[in-house]
Amino acid sequence: MIEVKDLYKEFSGTPVLKGISTTFEKGKTSMIIGQSGSGKTVFLKCLLGLHIPEKGEICFDGRKHTELDIKSRRQLRKEIGMVFQGGALYDSLTVEENIMFPLKMFTKNSFAEMLKRVNFVLDRVNLVDANKKFPAEISGGMQKRVAIARAIVMNPKYLFCDEPNSGLDPNTATLIDNLIQEITKEYDIITVINSHDMNSVMEIGEKIVFLKDGVKAWEGTNKEIFKTENETIVNFVYSSNLFKKVREAYLNETNQ
Amino acid sequence: MNYLEHIGKYFIMLKQVFKKPQKWSVFKETLFREIEDLGLKSLGIIMFISFFVGGVVAIQTALNVDSPFIPKYLIGFATKRSVILEFAPTFMSVILAGKVGSYISSSIGTMRVTEQIDALEVMGINSLNYLVLPKIIATLFFYPILIILAMFLGIYGGYVAGLLTGKFFSEDYISGIQLDFNPYFIKYALIKTLVFAFVIATIPAYHGYYVKGGSLEVGRASTQAVVWTSVVIILLNYFLTQMLLG
Repeated sequence: MIEVKDLYKEFSGTPVLKGISTTFEKGKTSMIIGQSGSGKTVFLKCLLGLHIPEKGEICFDGRKHTELDIKSRRQLRKEIGMVFQGGALYDSLTVEENIMFPLKMFTKNSFAEMLKRVNFVLDRVNLVDANKKFPAEISGGMQKRVAIARAIVMNPKYLFCDEPNSGLDPNTATLIDNLIQEITKEYDIITVINSHDMNSVMEIGEKIVFLKDGVKAWEGTNKEIFKTENETIVNFVYSSNLFKKVREAYLNETNQ
Repeated sequence: MNYLEHIGKYFIMLKQVFKKPQKWSVFKETLFREIEDLGLKSLGIIMFISFFVGGVVAIQTALNVDSPFIPKYLIGFATKRSVILEFAPTFMSVILAGKVGSYISSSIGTMRVTEQIDALEVMGINSLNYLVLPKIIATLFFYPILIILAMFLGIYGGYVAGLLTGKFFSEDYISGIQLDFNPYFIKYALIKTLVFAFVIATIPAYHGYYVKGGSLEVGRASTQAVVWTSVVIILLNYFLTQMLLG
């Protein structure tokens, strides 16, 4: 379990996160949502240790991330898989080399063993015949799949995704969402996704943390989000007519 | 941010760079790639420039010593001294600061803005050590070779200039380059080269690594890197010359 207690982060005196507390559980897909500038990315980067919070605690299965020294933090990071918004694939390496990179750095496996593992994860993300291609030669959706493959190649305990389906067509976005959820269940890992996409939130958000102006304004599940009367989240999630109608239909169905 | 803060941040960066590589096999692989990118790919431009600079120095000297009281072997002697002491180590380093410095700064800067450096850190990799140390070792290893090559080609360029222009005889030129050879000057040039190689690898890396923003900022960082690398090379050249020859 990841426990976040009273997390506070500021930049040049401007507070961005103002005392956020929450938990993320094993085997569940948790989502952080909120408007642009609400502090989602900063929150995610604090969880990853890329930003050091001014105050508060982040515990990864009892290990206080905020109090670890650099060496121990690097050790913990080996248990973390991250899918960045743009993929963050290494331009100079092929798809195969990108995925093999963490294995080369942290294992003593032979090349054949590493290649076997690379092909396994590529198969898992439904990507074939892309081994020798460079990131620039594949589509955005394929890049996201490679990023997911790289994130899971080391069998992480924690998977973080920053807007994993931004810039993708609805079909590919759904495939990516489903893939992340399947992986979360299959490997029984803690998955935290930062997203703007309400479709993803409704589909796979087993736990949703809604941030507004750096504070946690609401917390619940994708089922509860339909029923909630909390005005802030209702205004955010059901800002489009389509989602308003979806909500009405859901409520009518459940009331009958 | 003021200059002192930048200098402090630069040395803090170096502290992170000089750590034991996390995996020697990966370090070796990266090092060979850097030798190719930063060293071998600079061979052509260094050969071209040093050859012609040597030629120009010889012609200029010949034009300026057009007096019956000054021996003609002085052309070869002056060309050799100028090329070994200044043109090869300093001038070529400034050229490399432009070519290699902008490459290092923009490649690391692009990695920063596309979150590739964050990806390294999240994996538990010391990104500074992984990205910058192989560049430093590659430049320290390869630039002395480049500069020695530049010395030979510069002197040879002077010889060829004499043959082509007919402004001096090759026999005079050869006796000039053989006259009063001081091996310490080679040592002095190589010491300067090693210092400049370190500067060429680290200052652009600093500018690239700490870039914030997008492609425009990467471009700006690259320009700043070249400017500051050249300024530092010129300043260090002044102090090193005073310390080693003064």
